Amino acid sequence: MRLFGQRLSVAATIGLVIIVVNILAAVLAPVVAPYGEADIIGDVWDAPETSQTVFGLDNLGRDMFSRLLYGARTTITIALITTLLSFTIGCVFGFAAAVAGGWLDMLLSRIVDALMAIPTLIFALLVLSVLGTSIPVLIGTIAVLDSTRVFRLSRAVAMNIVPLEYVEAARLRGEGLAWVMRREVLPNALPPLIAEFGLRFCFTFLFIAALSFLGLGIQPPFADWGGMVRDNAQAISFGGIAPLIPAAAIAILTIGVNLVVDWILSIHAARRA
Amino acid sequence: MLALLARRLALGVLTILVTSVLIFAGTEVLPGDVATAILGRSATPESIESIRKAMGLHDPAPVRYVRWLTNFLQGDLGTSLANGRPIAQQIASRLGNTLFLASVAAAIAVPLSIILGVMAAIRANGLFDRAISVATLVAISFPEFFIAYVLIIIVAVNLGWFPSLASISPVMDLGDRLYVVALPALTLVMVVLAHMMRMTRASVIGVMSSPYIEMAVLKGLPGWRVVVQHALPNALAPIINVVALNLAYLIVGIIVVEVVFVYPGMGQLMVDAVAKRDVPVVQACGLIFAGTYVGLNMIADILAIFSNPRLRRPR
Amino acid sequence: MKDIEKILRGEAEGIGRRDFMTLAGALGVGTALGTGLLGKPARAQTPKKGGHLVIGMDGAGAGDSIDPATYTATYMQTTGMQFYNTLVEVDEKGQVQPSLAESWEAKPGATEWVVKLRKGVQFHNGKEMKAADVVYSINHHRGEESKSAAKALLATVSDIKASSDNEITITLSSGNADLPYLLADYHLGVAPEGAAFDGLGTGAFILENFEPGVRTLAKRNPNYWNSDKRGHVDSTEILAINDPTARASGLQSGSLHLINRADPKIVSVLQKNPNIQILEISGAGHYCFPMRADTAPFDNNDVRLALKYAIDRDEIVKKVLRGHGKVGNDQPIPSFDPFYAADIPQRPYDPDKAKFHLKKSGFSGPIILSVSDGAFTGAVDAAQIYQANAAKAGINLQVERVPADGYWDNVWMKKPFVASYWGGRPTADLMFSIAYVSDAPWNESFWKRPDFDKLVVAARAELDTAKRKQMYRDLQLMVVDDGAEIIPMFNNFIDAGLKKVQGFAPTPTLEMSGLRAAEKVWLEG
Repeated sequence: MRLFGQRLSVAATIGLVIIVVNILAAVLAPVVAPYGEADIIGDVWDAPETSQTVFGLDNLGRDMFSRLLYGARTTITIALITTLLSFTIGCVFGFAAAVAGGWLDMLLSRIVDALMAIPTLIFALLVLSVLGTSIPVLIGTIAVLDSTRVFRLSRAVAMNIVPLEYVEAARLRGEGLAWVMRREVLPNALPPLIAEFGLRFCFTFLFIAALSFLGLGIQPPFADWGGMVRDNAQAISFGGIAPLIPAAAIAILTIGVNLVVDWILSIHAARRA
Repeated sequence: MLALLARRLALGVLTILVTSVLIFAGTEVLPGDVATAILGRSATPESIESIRKAMGLHDPAPVRYVRWLTNFLQGDLGTSLANGRPIAQQIASRLGNTLFLASVAAAIAVPLSIILGVMAAIRANGLFDRAISVATLVAISFPEFFIAYVLIIIVAVNLGWFPSLASISPVMDLGDRLYVVALPALTLVMVVLAHMMRMTRASVIGVMSSPYIEMAVLKGLPGWRVVVQHALPNALAPIINVVALNLAYLIVGIIVVEVVFVYPGMGQLMVDAVAKRDVPVVQACGLIFAGTYVGLNMIADILAIFSNPRLRRPR
Repeated sequence: MKDIEKILRGEAEGIGRRDFMTLAGALGVGTALGTGLLGKPARAQTPKKGGHLVIGMDGAGAGDSIDPATYTATYMQTTGMQFYNTLVEVDEKGQVQPSLAESWEAKPGATEWVVKLRKGVQFHNGKEMKAADVVYSINHHRGEESKSAAKALLATVSDIKASSDNEITITLSSGNADLPYLLADYHLGVAPEGAAFDGLGTGAFILENFEPGVRTLAKRNPNYWNSDKRGHVDSTEILAINDPTARASGLQSGSLHLINRADPKIVSVLQKNPNIQILEISGAGHYCFPMRADTAPFDNNDVRLALKYAIDRDEIVKKVLRGHGKVGNDQPIPSFDPFYAADIPQRPYDPDKAKFHLKKSGFSGPIILSVSDGAFTGAVDAAQIYQANAAKAGINLQVERVPADGYWDNVWMKKPFVASYWGGRPTADLMFSIAYVSDAPWNESFWKRPDFDKLVVAARAELDTAKRKQMYRDLQLMVVDDGAEIIPMFNNFIDAGLKKVQGFAPTPTLEMSGLRAAEKVWLEG
C-alpha cells in the first residue's frame, strides 16, 4: 500500500487504521451509539453480560460503549485543536528566537521561562478565576501551557541548525526571518518535533482529565476519555474493567498516532539520506 | 565560552526575578484573601479589616513585594498565616523528601530511558524497537493515579512486597527510605520514561541520517559504536532538554503521587496553602519551585552548549 | 504535562472536606437516639493495655493547627480530642455525659447555668485544673477579636465566670434548655489559663510531635483522670491520608488499625477481608441542593415542587452512597430525632407531577445546577443522575461543574441552584435556627417565611412535649411543601478498622466514635 507516494509499512497501516476508526467513531457517534451519552440505563458498573451491552456500564449506570464513542468526539477534537495550536505558537516563536537571536530570543526566552517556572496550579487557578470555564478557555489554557514546552524544544533544535552552513548562506543572501524559518529551519527540525507532537497529543487527553479536577474540564454529563478513567478508577479495587476501557482507548489511539509518526520520521530520514 | 556561561547565569537570575514578580502578582490576583480564608463563614467586615491591618495587607503591593523578596533572600520565609508556624521549618523537611523521591525516580528513569532509546534507535523499526515503543506508549496512556492504584492493589495489597503508604520519616535509614518510596518511585518512572525514551530515539535517528554518520558507517564501524560515539553526542541537545523538563516535573509536579502514596512532599504543602489562601506559603513554595525549574533549565542549556561543538565558539 | 492532575486530586479532596466540615460547623454533636447499624452493645470485655495505635484519617492539611479554635475538619478534631477534654460528651445514644464537668444545673428559665467541675484533674504539666482554666478556655472562642469557628455557637453566652475553684456560672442572653449540648462541642477543649493551645490539656495522650498535614505522634498520659475507662494504648500515630483509596489500602495491608470515611464504593471490598470490620452508623448529616427562593424562577413554589418531584432519591442513595444512607424528604430532621414527623409522607420520584407543576408555574427553559465535589463527595455524580431523572419529566436541567477551590466562597449562597452539605445538628431547633429561619446566617436557600420564624421561636420555648412535637411537625411540613431545599439523602458514617481494634462505639453525628476513637479503643492480640 502507498500513501502520498510512500510505501506504507505494516505498522504504519495499523496506525492509520486505528486513526481512521477513531475518527469514524467520533463522526458517527450519534448514529452508531446504542444509547445517549447521558442516558442512565442500569446499575452501577454492571457487567457486559448482565447489562446486554458491549463494555458494561459506568459509575452511574451509563453505557460505556456509547460514552466511549461520544468521548472520542469531544476528546479527539479538543486534543487535535489544542496540539496544533500549541505547536503553531511554540514553533513560530521558538524558531524566531533561535534564528533572530539577540533581544528577540532574550525576550521570548525570559517570558517562556517565567511562564514555565510558575507552578501550573497557580497558573490554572488564575486562568480559571479570571476567564471562567468554557471549551475555548480550556483549549487556550492547555495550548499556552503546552506551547511553552514546544517553544523550548523547537528553539533548542533550531539552535543546532542555525549555525549550519546553509542557514548562514541563506542569511548572507539576505533572506528574511520568515523565509529562513520556513525553508531552512523547519524541514530540518521536523523529526524531534513530530515525535513530540505524537506525545503531546496523547498528554492532552490526560491534561483535560486533570483540569476537570479544577472544575475546568469537560462539563458533565459529556464524556471525555481521561475523565472516564478517573470516574471509574475505584472499580479496579474489586477487579472491575470499567476504567481499563477508556484507558485502553487512549492507549490504542496513542499507539496509532505514534506508529504513523514513526513512519513519517522514517520517510523523512530516507529523503535526507 | 566563559562569557557565554556568565551570560546564561545572569539570564537565570533575571528569569527568577521576573518569575518572583509574576508569582507575587498572581497571588495578589487570586480571589479572596487570607483574611477571608482564615475567618471563613464567620467573617464580618470588621474582623476581616482587623486581620488585614494586623498582616499589613494595606501597604501598596510594590512595598510588600520588596519586603517579601528581601526577607526571602535573607532566609526569612516568614510564618504560615494558617497555623503560625515558621515556613522555613515546614518546607525544609518536605523539600528534602521531594528531592529524595525525585532523585530515586530520576536515577532509574534517566539512564534507563536513554539506554532504551539508543537501543531502539540502533535497530530502528526492529522487533525490540516496536515492543519498547508500544510498552512505553501504553504506560503513558494511563493517568498516573491509575498506575498508582494498580501498583498498590497488586504489589502492596495482594503481594505485600512494598508498603502502600510511603510515610517517610527523618529517623529512617537509607534502606528503609528506599523501601517505602519504592512504589511512588516506580509510578513516577513509568510516567516520565516514555517521554525521554522516545525523544532519545527520535534525536538519535535524526542524526543517524547525517553525512558524517554515513561516513562512519562506511568506514565499517559497528552499529553501536556509531550510535554511542558519533550520533548520541550530536543528538544530546534535545535529549538534555527533555530530561531537564522531566526532572523539573519530578520535583514540581508530583502531587497526585504524593496524595495517593501519602508522601509528605512539597506539592501537598503548596496545594493545602492555595486552598487556605496561605499566601506566604504559596509564595515561598512558588519561588522555590521556580528556582528549581530555572536552575535545571540553566544546567540543561549550559550542557547543551557544551554538547554542541559549534556553539562552543561564540559567534 | 499532567501536573495539574496531581495537584487537583489533592485539591478536591482537601478543600471539600475542610469546607464542608466548616459548614457542618460549630455543632456537630450527637442527636438523641442514634440508630447504630452495627450497634453491637459494647462488649463486656476488659480493655487490654498497651500497643501502638496507627490511625489514617482524611481532612488534614499543611495549614492545620493544634488550637481547637481552628478545627474545621475531622483530622484535627480527632487528633485534638487526644489532648483535650470537654466539659461534657455526647455518647453513642445521644445522651450528654459528664467529662470534666461532674454535674450541671439550670436555674429556672434556663438563662443561668451552674456547672460543677471534676476535682483532682491534672493537666499534662501536673497543674491541677481550676474553674479559671475553664473560663479562660471557653472565652478563647468568644469576643470581638475571636477567630474561633465556635464563636457563633457561643453567641448567646453573655457571661461566664468562676463562682468558686470548682464551679462556673454561665449566663445566657436567652433561655436554652440544651446548653449542655453546646458545651460538648469539640472546639471547647480545656487548657490551662494563659496557655497557647498548643496541645497542653487534660487528655489521655500527650503530644510528642505534630507535623501539620503529615502525622501526629502522642504517648499515653500516665496521670489521666479517666484512665480506668479510657486511654488504653501506649502511643498513637495519626497519619494524614486524604485519599480514600490510600486509606483503604493501608488498612487492607495492615499498616493502619483504623480509618475514617471508607469510600462507600469499596466498602464491599473491605467487608470481604476477614481481618477488617466496618464501623458504620446512620447519621444526621445530609446532602442537599438549595435553590435561591429570592431569585427567579425559584421564587415560584411550583418550580420548586417540580424540581422536588423530578429527583429519584432512591437511585441517588443507591448509586452515589451505594446504599450507605437513607432517602431524605426535603427537610433536615433525621428520622431518629424525637421531633421527627414520621407521618409526613415521603415525596416520591414522580415525573408526571413534576411536569404538572412545571406547566402550572409557566416556566420553561434551562435550569442550571452548579455543583462541585467540594460541596460533598459525589455531588457531581448525584447532579448527573438528577439531570437524567429531570429529563424524563421534561425539565431541562443543566449541570455546571465548578471548581472545588473556593466553592463555599464563590458559589454557595451566590449562584441560584447549588449543592451543599450539612453535618447535622444535635437538636431540631438548632438546625432550623442556623439554616432555615429568615435571618439565619447560613440560610442558604434564602427562603423567608415570617410564620415559620415565629413558630421556631415558639417551639424553642414550649415545654409541653406533645405540643412541641406538633409544632415541629408543622415546621417540617412547611419546609417539605414550600421550602427551597431539595434534600435527597442522609449519609452514614462509615469508619473501618482491623478486627483486633476493640472498644469503638459508632456515634450518630460524629465519626470516629464521637472523635474519641484514640482514647476509647484497645488492641487485642
